[in-house]
Amino acid sequence: MLDDSDRRLLRHLQADPAQPIGQLAEAARLPLATAYKRLDKLQASGVLRGQHAIIDWQALGYTVEVSLRITLDKTNPRAFDEFLEAARDVPDVIEIQTFLGRVDARLKIIARDLAAYQQIYRDCVLTLPHIADIEALMQVAAIKNSRALPL
Amino acid sequence: MIDTDTTDRAILRLLARDATLKASEIGRRVGLSQPATWRRIKRLTEAGILAGRRLDLDAAALGFGVTVFLGVKLSAKSRVSLDDFERAITAIPEVQTVEHVLGLYDYRLRVVARDLADFERVLRRRIMTLPSVGNVEANVLLSEEQRPGPL
Repeated sequence: MLDDSDRRLLRHLQADPAQPIGQLAEAARLPLATAYKRLDKLQASGVLRGQHAIIDWQALGYTVEVSLRITLDKTNPRAFDEFLEAARDVPDVIEIQTFLGRVDARLKIIARDLAAYQQIYRDCVLTLPHIADIEALMQVAAIKNSRALPL
Repeated sequence: MIDTDTTDRAILRLLARDATLKASEIGRRVGLSQPATWRRIKRLTEAGILAGRRLDLDAAALGFGVTVFLGVKLSAKSRVSLDDFERAITAIPEVQTVEHVLGLYDYRLRVVARDLADFERVLRRRIMTLPSVGNVEANVLLSEEQRPGPL
């Protein structure tokens, strides 16, 4: 089970994942050896699965970001699986989510400009299987993007 | 915007999967020396393309059982106070991401909570009480995957 020290450790690590472990141990008020041991344990138990670099697609020249909210034709029992499988093959998709609600799935798509987006939409999105309806939300600005858990 | 070649993109792909990789290990995989790899990582970081790190935590194991996406439409008369809304919504710790979007909604929020009852508390006491909130649509996240994108 996780205790307060584990949570404190993760809270500080979450705030600055690249910090040296000495600094982290001090911030979490734990001896260095204890911090090491606890991090190892959190990793071994799968609570801490790893660290990913955040890529700023805008800085890479992908200026258009669109969320496509998709309703699937659920009369076909294989609709979800086949749709997801096909969506994974579209290189411009950076995130795939499925939902319980009015919307079944959501694809986050990036493109260099609107013309490129239109091309992707026509050639790669509209051709995905079992789509009943699509709604597009175009991102104007990311106001907050922390993905941090309120530990 | 800086130019990136296939080696840069290979480095980005590796770091997006595991941000803790050492420059020497990345260099070995892309066929560069450790200093050359380090210089490229530094350049990608300075250009803002490598924009920090994110911890990959098992939210459920940490007690956060539900993630809900909210589409929020502001009430017509509050469109003038976007800043106030953004400030207030950003300050809620359970709200992980806030995107200003064009389309059916004005904002798209990612909200994490312990369970549905906890989500209802956040929604009713923290979000619905904001004066500018009009229509809200909720979709409960069932699954999500990050894709490598066009790298």
